[in-house]
Amino acid sequence: MRQVAIVAFAQTEHTGHDTGVGEVELILPVITEVKERTGLKRFGFTCSGSCDYLAGAPFSFVSALDALGAWPPISESHVEMDGAWALYEAWVRLQHGDVDTALVYGFGKSTLGDLRAIMTLQLDPYYLAPLGLDQLSFAALQASAAGADRAELDEIVRRSRADGRRNPHALDLPDEIPDGFAVEPLKASDVAPITDGAAAVVLAAGDRARELCANPAYIAGIAHRIEPHYLGMRDLARSASTADAARAAGVGKGPVEVAELHAQFAHEEVILRQAMELPGDTVINPSGGPLAANPVMATGLIRIGEAARHIHDGTARRTVGHASSGPCLQHNLVTVLEA
Amino acid sequence: MADRCAVIGVGQTHYTTKRRDVSIAGLVREAAQRALDDAGLTFKDIDAVVIGKAPDLFEGVMMPESYLADALGAAGKPMMRVHTAGSVGGSTALVGAGLIQGGVHDRVLVVAFEKQSESNATWALSTHLPFSSSLVVGAGGYFAPHIREYMRRTGAPEHVGTLVAVKDRLNALKNPYAHLRIPGIDRKMVESTPMLWEPIRYLETCPSSDGACAMVLSSERAVTGTPAWLHGTAMRSEPIFRAGRDTVNPQAGKDCAADVYRQAGVTDPRRQIDVAEVYVPFSWYEPMWLENLGFAAEGEGWKLTESGATALDGDTPWNASGGVLSSNPIGASGLIRFAEAALQVRGMAGEHQVDGARLALGHAYGGGAQFFAMWIVGRDKP
Repeated sequence: MRQVAIVAFAQTEHTGHDTGVGEVELILPVITEVKERTGLKRFGFTCSGSCDYLAGAPFSFVSALDALGAWPPISESHVEMDGAWALYEAWVRLQHGDVDTALVYGFGKSTLGDLRAIMTLQLDPYYLAPLGLDQLSFAALQASAAGADRAELDEIVRRSRADGRRNPHALDLPDEIPDGFAVEPLKASDVAPITDGAAAVVLAAGDRARELCANPAYIAGIAHRIEPHYLGMRDLARSASTADAARAAGVGKGPVEVAELHAQFAHEEVILRQAMELPGDTVINPSGGPLAANPVMATGLIRIGEAARHIHDGTARRTVGHASSGPCLQHNLVTVLEA
Repeated sequence: MADRCAVIGVGQTHYTTKRRDVSIAGLVREAAQRALDDAGLTFKDIDAVVIGKAPDLFEGVMMPESYLADALGAAGKPMMRVHTAGSVGGSTALVGAGLIQGGVHDRVLVVAFEKQSESNATWALSTHLPFSSSLVVGAGGYFAPHIREYMRRTGAPEHVGTLVAVKDRLNALKNPYAHLRIPGIDRKMVESTPMLWEPIRYLETCPSSDGACAMVLSSERAVTGTPAWLHGTAMRSEPIFRAGRDTVNPQAGKDCAADVYRQAGVTDPRRQIDVAEVYVPFSWYEPMWLENLGFAAEGEGWKLTESGATALDGDTPWNASGGVLSSNPIGASGLIRFAEAALQVRGMAGEHQVDGARLALGHAYGGGAQFFAMWIVGRDKP
């Protein structure tokens, strides 16, 4: 495959409340930042990820083009998925060999609606959605199936929140673990916070990568897999799709210094680590991860961006970024980045 | 450069107002199964699935690819969900083709659908983001002023739209999958229908359809059956609110056409392209896109339509299948254009086959006439 690298990454200072900015205003600063960092004004391809249901209106991505200054017209596409899949599409597009740079972004404002109820609308509309199981209840089913240890979950939450407090882009969340359950066995602290935010990444192929970035984060492998939708068809204690994607991306071919995992619930981190067979010395979610900031539709892209950041700043040589979609980790994307 | 890619299977459902007999999953599986049958393959032979549809509000299922993974045999495979407004069907084909052109996969199933009977598209199109104005007019109300501006600029006579409405419905009578099959369709019938959005009458607009379309795309080494080879692929987008953009003859459409023609070696589209499947949801978009796509000089598109050149027996047939005016499962409408172009060069279009078609254009547009997706397919290997 053609060598493609992440050469720039920017994200908003994510917030747990609506700051009154619209999607275009949310995106514009991060687009501007990656443009300035690379010196690029035009890109060979542009791809974004967002979700109409978060905005509560069709075509939430349409006005985003106004933030890009897409004139003259640009070669552009959009996935109704986390921005991580927009990055995947852009990586594929760069494999064609006729363009060398791509802009990728993802954005979402979860504060405007009821995320748990919205996520319920993702379920099979005939057989599952009418049951009224919300996202939290689904996650709790998986946590039960995985038999997650309470002390381990609490430790994941404390570590994530402490790291998040050190990350200017993440939320400031307290150390205290609340009593009682949100939905047993999950506590409210095990659940990623409602967050608004956006992120942007620039990809460059071949020689362009080094021209645009001193330490490009090369995509050594990237793959994703989906599983059956119905929970009864899956072993919820494991993530077969993550394991398959990790194998295809080559996670096990070398050491993993840092892994940024799209775990929206504390127990998902346990399942994902196991599925990827991450070594014990791998640092997990040093950014604080989704438990410290979860701007839905950008969270997965941010994991990849954060994994790249450690290579950009020279603190790591091999990292992993992961993104997830669908109820109970139905769909997983894994990318391996190397210096 | 990019690897060769071919269409080796096409599957369509019958397009109709309400498919009460199938779920959304049943609908997409029907199209997918027919595409696989056409290619002589099974779900096991597919490496990845790409699905597209217009806004999720059309059915009220958020990111339905999650739910449709099982029905499309995607479990254990990569699956992507594309959404680029009305052009999404075309974009879905291009994203699927991209996976093959990039050397990532050998066989990709692309599927697009809409089950409009599950909700109300005009309602879904009329809600708006906070702090932005809503026209509450649906697509027809949005595009009617652009059409009036086209008529003002070109001095096109009022009956040209009627001619397209009749021509595409006559073609639909030859397409067993078409939704609107109206025996005895003629100008008088179109002119007798109510005015919806001046100058668009009821029969000059597309129907609301349930339906799905699927294609199996293949790398050169994995081809089975009769291939339609990709000679060019392109997408272009421009901002909806850019002051000064020409919504009647959008730059993104012109640029997209120029890109796809360059790849396919087309310098004179009217002569070199044997048949075009172009996204015409309102009758007047045929003359408008004839100009935008370079089949006619600016201001001359309506003359080409009026002359009968775009009829099935004309010298440059447009929408031999009956087009979007005859079948409109919105998210699938673009993919149907791309698939019909492939059927034509494979010689498999049945009664609406254009004799000897060797090169065909598939076209889709969306948003405020700002998103464009196109491909050119040929009988011969590029």
